[in-house]
Amino acid sequence: MTWRKDRRNFRENVYRQLFAILSYASLIFLLAITFTLFREGLPIFHYVKPLSFIFGKNWYPTHEPPEFGVLPLILASGLVTLGAMLVCTPLGLGTALYLNELAGEKQRAILKPLVEILASIPSVVYGFFGLAVFAPFVQNLFHLPTGLCALTASIILGVMAVPCVCSIAEDALSFVPKSFREASYALGANRWQTLIKVVVPAAGSGIFTALIMGTGRVVGETMTVLMVAGGAAVVPHSFLQPVRPMSAAIAAEMGEAAVGSSHYHALFAIALILFLLTLGFSILAELLSRKFRAKLGGLL
Amino acid sequence: MKGKLSQALGFTILTLCALATLFFLGTIIFFITIRGWPALSWEFITQTPQQGMTAGGIAPAIVGTLYLTLAAVAVALPLGLACAIYLCEYSPKNLTVNLVRISINNLAGVPSVVYGLFGLAVFVKMFHFGVSILSGSLTLTLMVLPLIISATQEALLTVPQSLREASLALGATHWQTIRRVVLPAAFPGIFTGIILSIGRIAGETAPILFTAATFYMRGFPKSILSETLALPYHIYALMTEGTHPERQTVIAYGCALILLFLVLAISAVAIIIRHKQRSEVVA
Repeated sequence: MTWRKDRRNFRENVYRQLFAILSYASLIFLLAITFTLFREGLPIFHYVKPLSFIFGKNWYPTHEPPEFGVLPLILASGLVTLGAMLVCTPLGLGTALYLNELAGEKQRAILKPLVEILASIPSVVYGFFGLAVFAPFVQNLFHLPTGLCALTASIILGVMAVPCVCSIAEDALSFVPKSFREASYALGANRWQTLIKVVVPAAGSGIFTALIMGTGRVVGETMTVLMVAGGAAVVPHSFLQPVRPMSAAIAAEMGEAAVGSSHYHALFAIALILFLLTLGFSILAELLSRKFRAKLGGLL
Repeated sequence: MKGKLSQALGFTILTLCALATLFFLGTIIFFITIRGWPALSWEFITQTPQQGMTAGGIAPAIVGTLYLTLAAVAVALPLGLACAIYLCEYSPKNLTVNLVRISINNLAGVPSVVYGLFGLAVFVKMFHFGVSILSGSLTLTLMVLPLIISATQEALLTVPQSLREASLALGATHWQTIRRVVLPAAFPGIFTGIILSIGRIAGETAPILFTAATFYMRGFPKSILSETLALPYHIYALMTEGTHPERQTVIAYGCALILLFLVLAISAVAIIIRHKQRSEVVA
């Protein structure tokens, strides 16, 4: 009998080890991405000093001699992200609060899945809509030479991030225990006061997580900004100006950059900046959501 | 009195926010449907492009997207299932496992264009797969993996602990419990999660930009090592390349409508099934 038991134990162990090895895939992929970005990106510093790469104001990668200053691209990403979050924050959080507080059972049963379904609209469709419909509208509205500018990109990106932010924020709100509300009502507060002074602060770090994940998504978003931001690699001075955010620069220029050239390495270095930025956002979101769970965890 | 007023004002603002969200998203769907509809026909989805991509159908793009998506999910599925089973069912606690959890979260946040560059440097150049369906779908595999893992984890967590305990009490081993009890119980959840991930990556453009997609190609891809048309990339290329913008825009509307319909239909099916399951579990 023992050999049979041994065989059974052996088989159990094999499965366990197999799953353990396969589960390391994500870790390996993340390390491989990090390694590749460093390996292909760092060689740009043979051509240009790190400080003049990041703070250089001229991005002329195909000139002779080329100039690699990514400040215009970084500022463009910052501007478009800021604009997008100005659009996305009120819409996303407002809709989440509406779903949580005002929508009836039936409305919620339809709207919550609907928001999730809308989250799957591909970014290229948003970009296409921006290019074909929204940019001409903006151009006429402000009498611009082109409707492809930071404002157009911000609005389209902001709307695009709404379903994502709304779903996560609504989840956080629905985790707030009912007893919080009841206690507040018992003290004589009305629904609005309870919502703003009790429910929202209780879900605070969860709501921040939603906004940070939304920001991370907007910073890295590529197709939309590639199609509607206009593409001019200059330091932006206003929202009505064409800009070239980092992700758009990579997508637009990688096709023509020869493998191993300085331009190729410069684009990988930009991707590295973008990667580290979103990594920071992910870690921040993770830390905040841990705090959120710790805060409400004892009460559930 | 002041309380009532601020409540009325606050609730009005929230309602307006919700309406604005629905309005914006509705507008996008409305315009693409209205302007894309005239382009659609049986020929449009079954024929190959004609006259330098300015006429004819888009069948190769639909087929290309199908190949890329299904190949990516086929590779990511065993990895994702194994990872989720290991994390949920064996749930060991050590440093490496914590690192795995953290990297899943971070992998989900990596911008799609960074995946594209990674695919270019590793699959296209280092492994010499070239610009091909193989390179593109492997790149998409990395993207879809965290989605599949978290969907499977979620499904496994909904299986009641008592089921596992009952099986173990009957003398079943750990693996037998997982295979005969836990996985069947979690299957509907896992299945909808996979469908949802298919919907998410079918529309991805940036990862296939330098790894798989091409614009000027008349026919269907010949093998896994040939480049291909793909629906999302086709929309972008029709709007930015070529010589007849006015004729190409019409086709782009048609492509956008088909892509939008495919993706929304896929996720709608998955999400509706999931919500039904959840309310049944609660009941």
